Amino acid sequence: MYRHAKQLWQLAIFPLIAVVGGFSASVVAEPERWEVNMPVGATEVSRSIYDIHMLIFGISCVIGVAVFSFMFYSLWAYRKTKGHKPATFHDNTTVEILWTVVPFFILLGMAWPATKTMIEIYDTKDADMDILVTGYQWKWSYEYLREDGENIKFFSALATPQEEIYGSSGKNENYLLEVDNPMVIPAGKKVRLLLTANDVIHSWWVPDLGVKKDAIPGFVNEAWTRVNEEGLYRGQCAELCGKDHGFMPIVVKVTSPAEFDSWIGEKQQEATEIKELMAQNFSLEELMERGEAVYQRACLACHGANGEGGVGKAIAGSPVAMGDIGNHIDIVVNGVPGTAMQAFGGQLNDLEAAAVTTYQRNAFGNNMGELVQAVDVYNFKKGGGE
Amino acid sequence: MGEHHGPATGMTRWLFTTNHKDIGTLYLWFSFAMFIIGGAFAMVIRAELFQPGMQMVSPAFFNQMTTLHGLVMVFGAIMPSFVGLANWLIPMMIGAPDMALPRMNNLSFWLLPFAFTVLLSSLFMEGGAPNFGWTFYAPLSTTYAPPSVTFFIFGVHIMGASSIMGSINIIATVMNMRAPGMTYMKMPLFVWTWLITAFLLVAVMPVLAGAVTMMLMDIHFGTSFFNAAGGGDPVLFQHVFWFFGHPEVYIIILPAFGVVSQIIPAFSRKPLFGYDSMVYATASIAFLSFIVWAHHMYTVGMPIAGELFFMYATMLIAVPTGVKVFNWITTMFKGSISFETPMLFCIAFVFLFTIGGFSGLMLAIAPADTQYHDSYFVVAHFHYVMVAGAVFSMSAAVYYWLPKWCGRMYDETMGKIHFWVAFIGFNITFFPQHFVGLAGMPRRIPDYSLQFADFNMISSVGAFIYGGAQILFLYNVIRTIVAGKKVDDPKVWDGAEGLEWTLPTPAPYHTFTTPPQVK
Repeated sequence: MYRHAKQLWQLAIFPLIAVVGGFSASVVAEPERWEVNMPVGATEVSRSIYDIHMLIFGISCVIGVAVFSFMFYSLWAYRKTKGHKPATFHDNTTVEILWTVVPFFILLGMAWPATKTMIEIYDTKDADMDILVTGYQWKWSYEYLREDGENIKFFSALATPQEEIYGSSGKNENYLLEVDNPMVIPAGKKVRLLLTANDVIHSWWVPDLGVKKDAIPGFVNEAWTRVNEEGLYRGQCAELCGKDHGFMPIVVKVTSPAEFDSWIGEKQQEATEIKELMAQNFSLEELMERGEAVYQRACLACHGANGEGGVGKAIAGSPVAMGDIGNHIDIVVNGVPGTAMQAFGGQLNDLEAAAVTTYQRNAFGNNMGELVQAVDVYNFKKGGGE
Repeated sequence: MGEHHGPATGMTRWLFTTNHKDIGTLYLWFSFAMFIIGGAFAMVIRAELFQPGMQMVSPAFFNQMTTLHGLVMVFGAIMPSFVGLANWLIPMMIGAPDMALPRMNNLSFWLLPFAFTVLLSSLFMEGGAPNFGWTFYAPLSTTYAPPSVTFFIFGVHIMGASSIMGSINIIATVMNMRAPGMTYMKMPLFVWTWLITAFLLVAVMPVLAGAVTMMLMDIHFGTSFFNAAGGGDPVLFQHVFWFFGHPEVYIIILPAFGVVSQIIPAFSRKPLFGYDSMVYATASIAFLSFIVWAHHMYTVGMPIAGELFFMYATMLIAVPTGVKVFNWITTMFKGSISFETPMLFCIAFVFLFTIGGFSGLMLAIAPADTQYHDSYFVVAHFHYVMVAGAVFSMSAAVYYWLPKWCGRMYDETMGKIHFWVAFIGFNITFFPQHFVGLAGMPRRIPDYSLQFADFNMISSVGAFIYGGAQILFLYNVIRTIVAGKKVDDPKVWDGAEGLEWTLPTPAPYHTFTTPPQVK
């Protein structure tokens, strides 16, 4: 049905665009840039939603054309300049009842398919796998809940470079819709998403999947999807979540089940390697290098590229970065409750937390010359720090 | 005795006035000032969104602009403008000498400048102005808010007090001060819609006050109403807010319905069709507005029974709203229609508000809202009902009653130019927003991906045109007051009906000191 509906939509909308903007030629030439309608999408749910959308839109168009024709006809036919003498009627119970009852039945006709689709959207049972999606200011984390207990967790943040956003350098075709680590799911499998948030309310929206669900701190919401076609599907956070709300995209990569299994294997392998790395001691240079990368990913948005501060306090010359090491680790790991300073203990592994602490103590002219090793963070956490 | 018959002179006239016409004038000028300020914020938003990339402002400041634009337009521009209209017109329409509670009337106006000074001063505070959207969802507006949120809370409290007083006054006036023979079912529809609006205000403004008070407690006194970590519930905030917020949108649009129901019959030279059903439809809309709030929260994770209940209830609103539109059009049918500026704005109102009604019906459909929610489709929808609805009807009202108020006629050509520039600018701004919304652009983002670039540029151009139209409006109104052609016919418009048109033009400072007899 939706293909047919799409043609109907185009028939209806093109003259409209021509009238409003006078650029119908460009519409035909570049359909992607001048997209005027909702995507049909890649899931059963998104197709049902599209069908309902087109149905309601179609009914509205028909009613609209009828009502507006009557209005413009009246305006034209009974204009004063024509010298028409006004009628005096002002009541008719029959038509009042008619135009109360008829719309009511039209609404019933809309409510039926809408209810069916709603039940479909809410049917999260019998999923093949679960992914815990957590919203952070301003990135997502995906935790694959594995039956073997070896969960895989990673963060997914905007990959568009700052120069493309603020500078005059050209913007790539996936500008603001690209991430460092996409969420990977196998084709044809029913994936249940469990959504929550770490700080404020976010909303996980991928139009092509027909999924939008709020991620709320203290709640776990459920949604599901099953995508049969492999590929990349892009979306964005839909609920205002602070400064960088516009900069936390979502990318879902749908692969073949075999490819997905080997991806899971790689991720598990990576986790083992990081565990081994954490047992080592690093030199200042190595920690600074790792710390800088972490800083740019996790701290820069609030504390500034040169530690000058912004939403967060300045790092350069900060009493925390130049004060007691224990306190500094505490703030990195546990955050400052009641402020925008998040607890990074769960977002960074011990090596990353150690490296970024070292970096903050030695960069931006702080030059404390002190090292923090992964084991220090580990001991801090173990000693009741978390 | 002389001073009892005319206004005092100088500043004290405006500071201490208890005259409904003076207070109405104060409300109208205040709301226009707020309209310009809120409009300036909108211009910043559209300038930043003119093309992809961040050029003009920072994302943090952008959020302050979207927040203040919404708050100032809703609470500072639209609501007070209709209160001003009510002050001017309700006593004149029901044959009363003044409002029932004139001193409270003075207070309810003079609270407003303080409320907005408190709110707007936050722009100059450390951490900036409120940046959490006009819907201020917790915990973004509590734990994660800038320090200025406390000023925002007190600003909302003061404007809420002002609204409650204003609406009590309107209820008291309509119930007690009608001229002999002016039964309820003879009242002009504008009076009816405002009476019902006033009840909505009295019912929901305290709920808003409760919501911001809970925020205040969470921020400063260690409670956890909206903080999950302390056993509270962030979703509770949304329920409380929208229990206020949905009736609020009808508080804005019902008086607009009233205005249109006065003006269309006047220029159709034919009585309003279906007066009784108009009254019942208004009352039904008001009732339904209390049981549909969670349609703003379809993606929040309600149980499916809740989703379905709110979907069905919301769809029902289409019925009385449809009745109103059909009645307006049937009023035009077989009339003798002329197209002065007020009528043009009313025709545009019916046309564009109905489009906003259709997109509203689409948004009511819970599964489809999965895609529409928090996208630009929503932005397009509510600007079609708020701007083409409330603001257009307000422009119509000013052109319609201004000659009665000041005894001078506005310039019809300039009025028509204002209308066409506003109409075209409005549609260029907001029609493309339907498209980008459907194609997947979220609202409240300072920057967007490349496929939305073209429509956003068009939208921004439209916004500048629409903004420019308001300067023309201001000029036309001032020019009318200062140098407009004098009119002294009590019935400025040949088709106008109602008690206000039996008064001399311009309306004297005191009117109906002896009540008229209504047959």
